[in-house]
Amino acid sequence: MGAGHSHALYVHEHSAVHRMAPQTKLVAALGMVTSIAVTPREAIWAFVLYALMIGSVAVVARLRLGFVAVRLLAVAPFVLFALFIPFIATGEKIEIGFVEISVAGLWGAWNILIKAVLGASVSILLTATTEVADIIRGLGVLRVPVLFTSIAAFMIRYLELITDELGRMRTAMTARGYDPKWVSQARPIATSAGALFIRSYERGERVHAAMLARGFTGEMPTFERPTIAPSQWLRVSIVVLTFAATAVLALVLT
Amino acid sequence: MSATVEIHGVEFAYPDGKRALEGVDLDIEAGERVAILGPNGAGKTTLALHLNGILEPHVGSISIGGLQVVEQNFAEVRRMVGLVFQDPNDQLFMPSVREDVAFGPANLGISGEDLQRRVDGALDIVAGTEFADRPPHHLSGGEKKRAALATVLAMAPDVLVIDEPSSGLDPAGRRELMGTLAGLPMTQLVITHDLPLAFELCGRSVIMNQGRVVADAATGVLLSDDDLLAANRLEPPYSFDRAKDSPRP
Repeated sequence: MGAGHSHALYVHEHSAVHRMAPQTKLVAALGMVTSIAVTPREAIWAFVLYALMIGSVAVVARLRLGFVAVRLLAVAPFVLFALFIPFIATGEKIEIGFVEISVAGLWGAWNILIKAVLGASVSILLTATTEVADIIRGLGVLRVPVLFTSIAAFMIRYLELITDELGRMRTAMTARGYDPKWVSQARPIATSAGALFIRSYERGERVHAAMLARGFTGEMPTFERPTIAPSQWLRVSIVVLTFAATAVLALVLT
Repeated sequence: MSATVEIHGVEFAYPDGKRALEGVDLDIEAGERVAILGPNGAGKTTLALHLNGILEPHVGSISIGGLQVVEQNFAEVRRMVGLVFQDPNDQLFMPSVREDVAFGPANLGISGEDLQRRVDGALDIVAGTEFADRPPHHLSGGEKKRAALATVLAMAPDVLVIDEPSSGLDPAGRRELMGTLAGLPMTQLVITHDLPLAFELCGRSVIMNQGRVVADAATGVLLSDDDLLAANRLEPPYSFDRAKDSPRP
């Protein structure tokens, strides 16, 4: 893990997409994902259109499509179960070789698969072109309650330290000859998880003390953000409207 | 710019019953720089947390520049007393150093250009302008220490309490930090195990042990009293004593 956790998702580039204000990208991502989610599964042409549009945003953002594909593997565990649906669903069946496959099940699997892949692609575009800290600032600009954004910010800030600490504990265990192979050897892992919990809890208390020492009274200060050019919102509106129009057309046609 | 610190008969026990302070008395002049020495568990950090009301004494009183450290004065006291924690990771929690440095003054109600000036000024003192926009976990240990100091300097404190300023720093980083501290005009309490640092920076030192002040004198006087140091689990570096010209056995 080490340093660079916030860069784990971010791809350093200087594209037009990278330069856009985070709040505009958040609105765009939300609009794109919502359109994809409400599109009826039978409108295959709409999904092809979405894929092309997402692909072109990736090109403008100077992301390699291979990179997006590799990162998409993250959704694999979640869609895996979708592959079973055609075999267990009921209703009209078609025969392929000696197995019977449910038609409704096939549609179900397709629905989950395509929406998961496209939705995940959108979030990959967002996180590859926006630093995590900027995403949180963008949420703040969009008036997401400061309670939520500060919880997210703290989580990201201290996740790094906690993973480092876990790494050190594991090194210390390995250095003393611990090499777990069987479930029965899992006890030290459970103990270290407990220790980590206590340490993180104590860290939380110290961070809070440090905040109080600097005059924190329970409300996070908000900082003024530079205003952004209207042309950015214009571009975002075009993207979101194209997605929304596709979704509406698909809903009407099917 | 600087304020007095008056500590009278302060006693404190943690909720688990561990008694940390057993009646601390200490008076510090405005602008004075005092080292607080002592073994682990002597109560040094606990005392520091009392100075701006993070912990409150069960018995005794503390005042800063004549202002009592009690709940109704916390806002003002926390502006006056800047506390730099030992682990900068406890102090730096915002997404970027700049926002972290702005956190304190923003809590004081400062905004806009004034806030900007405060932040730039504090970063300038610690030579931290170059890492201002980086997230804290991308900083080196020395940079984190400097950033943590800047977060407190931005509040323009009258008293600076700094816990183990040199721990975890390489010699050059330690030297730079000492230069920075030496150039600051406010009253300073420097908690440290680093006796050469105490000797160089602070004209006066206090030794704490078992929750009490056991010695309070000019740093040079304290550091040349071998028996006193040994009794308090302190040890001057070997090179301090030029009389010992033979190698250590």
